[in-house]
Amino acid sequence: MTILPVRSVLPLRRTRPNLPRTDWVLVSVAGTILVIGLLLVWSATSADDRLTGGHPTGYLARQVVNVLIGLALAAGVVVTDHRWLRILTPVVYVGSIVGLLLVLVMGTTVNGSRSWLMLGGLSLQPAEFAKLAVVVGMALLLAERTEGSRKRRVGTVEVVGMLAIAGVPAALILLQPDLGTMLVLSATVFGVLAISGAPRRWIGSIFLAGVTAAAAAVVLGLLKAYQVNRFMAFTNPDLDPRGAGYNTTQARIAIGNGGLFGQGLFDGSQTRSGFVPEQHTDFIFTVAGEELGLLGAGLLIALFAVLLWRALLISVRADDMFGRLAAAGIACWLGFQTFQNIGMCLGIMPVTGVPLPLVSYGGSSMFATLAAIGLLLNIHARSSTRPARAPVPLRSPVRR
Amino acid sequence: MAAVLIRPSAHKSRLRLIVLQALLLSLFVTLFARLWYLQVLSGDVYQARAAEQSVRELVVQPPRGLIVDAMGRPLVANRASWVISADRTVLGRLDEADRAHLLRRVSRIVDVPVRRIEARLVLCGQPDAKQGVCWNGSPYQAVPIAQDVSQAVAVKIREQAEDYPGILAQTESLRAYPSPFGVNAAGVLGYLSPITAGELDEAARRHDDSVNGASVVGRAGLEKSYDSWLRGQPGYRKVAVDSMGRVLGDTGEVQATPGDTLVTSIDARLQGFVEDQLHRTLVNARKTFDKVTGRNYAADSGAVVVMEARTGRIVAMASEPTYDPSVWVGGITSKQLKDLYSEKNGTPLVQRALQGQFAPGSTWKPLMSVGALNNGFTPATRLDCSSGLQVGNRWFKNYESASYGYIDFARALQLSCDTFFYRVGLKFWNQYGSDPENVDAKDPLVSIAKSFGFGEQTGIDLPGEASGRIADRHWKLAYWKALKDQYCEIDRKGTAKNEFTRVYAHEFCLEGNYYRASDAVNYAIGQGDTMVTPLQLARAYAALSNGGTLFEPRVAKAVVDPQGRVVKRIRAKVAGHVKSSKAALRYVDNALKGTPREGTLAWKFIGFPLDQVQVRGKTGSAEVYGKQSTSWVATYTKDYVVVMMVTQGGTGSGTSGPAVRAIWEKLYGIAGEGARPVPGKAVIPGIVPPKGLPVFTRDGSILPPRSTGGAP
Repeated sequence: MTILPVRSVLPLRRTRPNLPRTDWVLVSVAGTILVIGLLLVWSATSADDRLTGGHPTGYLARQVVNVLIGLALAAGVVVTDHRWLRILTPVVYVGSIVGLLLVLVMGTTVNGSRSWLMLGGLSLQPAEFAKLAVVVGMALLLAERTEGSRKRRVGTVEVVGMLAIAGVPAALILLQPDLGTMLVLSATVFGVLAISGAPRRWIGSIFLAGVTAAAAAVVLGLLKAYQVNRFMAFTNPDLDPRGAGYNTTQARIAIGNGGLFGQGLFDGSQTRSGFVPEQHTDFIFTVAGEELGLLGAGLLIALFAVLLWRALLISVRADDMFGRLAAAGIACWLGFQTFQNIGMCLGIMPVTGVPLPLVSYGGSSMFATLAAIGLLLNIHARSSTRPARAPVPLRSPVRR
Repeated sequence: MAAVLIRPSAHKSRLRLIVLQALLLSLFVTLFARLWYLQVLSGDVYQARAAEQSVRELVVQPPRGLIVDAMGRPLVANRASWVISADRTVLGRLDEADRAHLLRRVSRIVDVPVRRIEARLVLCGQPDAKQGVCWNGSPYQAVPIAQDVSQAVAVKIREQAEDYPGILAQTESLRAYPSPFGVNAAGVLGYLSPITAGELDEAARRHDDSVNGASVVGRAGLEKSYDSWLRGQPGYRKVAVDSMGRVLGDTGEVQATPGDTLVTSIDARLQGFVEDQLHRTLVNARKTFDKVTGRNYAADSGAVVVMEARTGRIVAMASEPTYDPSVWVGGITSKQLKDLYSEKNGTPLVQRALQGQFAPGSTWKPLMSVGALNNGFTPATRLDCSSGLQVGNRWFKNYESASYGYIDFARALQLSCDTFFYRVGLKFWNQYGSDPENVDAKDPLVSIAKSFGFGEQTGIDLPGEASGRIADRHWKLAYWKALKDQYCEIDRKGTAKNEFTRVYAHEFCLEGNYYRASDAVNYAIGQGDTMVTPLQLARAYAALSNGGTLFEPRVAKAVVDPQGRVVKRIRAKVAGHVKSSKAALRYVDNALKGTPREGTLAWKFIGFPLDQVQVRGKTGSAEVYGKQSTSWVATYTKDYVVVMMVTQGGTGSGTSGPAVRAIWEKLYGIAGEGARPVPGKAVIPGIVPPKGLPVFTRDGSILPPRSTGGAP
């Protein structure tokens, strides 16, 4: 009746030879988002000769390559034995720390923050991988602490350990400075801590500490006035009329111009003229808004919602602490990042440079997101198939 | 026990997962609600705003690369200037009356006629487009309507932006000529002019985005040869503007990349000095009486080439008449352009040093000597330097009918004895070519001239070079074929204007293709139809100096990017080697040491330290039909070649001797008559040009090369 015996027989059950169980809903939702994403990247770039250098499909082709690499990465994660994944976790974690350090030393500055690493012809954003690394790192720490020992409570030591794991990359990301990634990372860490079962007083005090730190940064002048204005420009574009204010206004005009049915793919007048800056990367959702309208853009939001629902479901069904926490962490990360990105396009969140997962043009985010989805599928394949674990999470925990 | 312990934790965890799920769901519902609000509830508002705004493209022209001398002194730089442009989209939205009113006011303050502004705003390719004025750039780009306007005008437009909708004032960089040491060097540096529609189409075909409708491109000189390096990459700024042309914000920006700096081997100090000497020489010659024609020398043009003998690099190159290169900056007027091409002003656009072709006169003799010494003549050969020589039906005189008896090549060169070289030419003609119609007859003197690189372009890195010509049998046949019909007609119809033309036409028609003995003797002393450029002569003399290596001369030394990194080093290529024995070259080299000691240059080199600075040389004056003779001096040491030419200038030594001596004194740091050379006082410290390149520091200043050439 307890979980322990179940856990002890698990390794034996892994001898079944058939295909790993696959969450086809997750796969098809992610696939649909990817296809829509490619179309949006194509539409956003094809009219801009300066960007494409006269090859309208240049960015599309490169994004297809990014997707293919990402899919290969995801497939690799899916077929890798979960014990190997746990061994690889510290490697991924240390690797992303090294990447973040390299960025600070020899990175390339784009739009005011030093977050790009140029390797040959390839440009990487280590912060994208750091988000995945923090999630699996925290999950591994807790799993190692609780699975082997008799003590199964999440106490002070575990919470401090998890905060330390998140703290190093967070500090490095703050130095870039990349405020958007920092926000997403904070939300993710907070989510993982909550799911880990950390005591309520910890959750409360961490939340308070975060709010206090943010307030202190503004009050004590750690953030310069223009940074605060830039951050708050979504509430009032006049705070930064030529910068973030302009972006947020143009994003709203483009989306508003879409109406109910949109202007049609490749036919958005605002998108064609290039009014929205960074439209193929951070502001890609405005293309969906203008060209696909409420129906198309709404569908995209719904697809993301389904994706996250499946991720949380995988978390609930996971048999072990590592799987449960990792899946929940990925859900927090992708969920908050999606909200942050689309919210920014819609003018309800600050203008910060975070990509829309699976959609925005760029390699690093694509690789990290697809690797994360691969991990979700891996966790799903490994979890037990007992029907007792009903797909509706509301009932399952208490019943047992 | 275990179960008891774990349950609260797992339970808590699952409970929190549900909370998380609810939270995420609410976030997404928020997104959807907001989307609905923007697109459906306030869709009309945003659709109206979308229709109102347009994109204006601003091209940010890159500053062109500098052209600096070997010490890093800028010869061509940039200055900031104001340009006024008009946004066609915004103007298009104004109603007819407002637009006309606006253009009238703009016309008044920028001082450009309304008609011209209107013509400028028409896209090339539209039916009413006026060629040369119409806008051949992108329709979304702001169209420049007035260049190099005063700051006051720019400030006015900027400060009263609402009164000038769609009119912009921006800075751009224009060429400036700092002129260190008074350097002009217009012919070497070249000039720029606006890109043509054809060139723009061609660039578009090649996906070359380094040019745009407002670009200027190199048209002559180094500006043309190294245009693609100097040009840089334009930047683009796209700004959204509202219906009144007010800028809403940037939608994208690509920074302009400045052009690369071109380092040349020119030494500005020497260049300035050489230009000054050339100018003085012409001025003095015009005050000098010419006994032959009975009037002062016209001295209508001249050139000086100073080349490094061992590397083929150009250290100074001057040409007269010249012009101020800044007339091209910001657009040249048709009057100014006409002046540059006018015969009356001496066609200043023609760079005499490499585009002017002249008979070489006696400076030809050392080269002929090398040919003769490789083909049967020896240092022991003695020939009669008589006062004249009968060739066919014509008596060929020595210069001033002087007679020196039997002498060797060395003495013949120092005295510049014509009859000596007539005999050399005649001997080869008798030996190989006495059949005047045999175009393939062997001719050692023609072969050696080809071997010294005459009759073809030197391949210098400046455009528009003349190739000169060797008036050999092939040339004579080709010339006859081209003109025979014309002369035969004059002969047949008897329409000749005078007796000379009548006889000439008759003879030319009958046997103008014949290469006669008289042609051969004329050729041997550099008279007749053979033509060389001063640059060709300089590189041939460099070959005498360096033991027979012929270079493709170079003015440019390196291309350096805006960060100061060397992108490309440029060296004079070896074009070939003179086909001669070392002994023959050495003999002639030695013989030419006598010219400034006891030969034709001696009277101009009194008190010059020839023991320390062994200047070799040859003078010449070439007769030109109907004009005064061309004056030549070609000199060299082991380091440099100095060639000077003055058209309608008389004798070489008399006209150019003082200037050439002054240039040598400058090159070796000689303070004047009787003084010894002081390498530290030389115009290029250490005498030899620096091997290294100037040092480009991070703050943008340029320092002289660290390693200078020879001794301190």
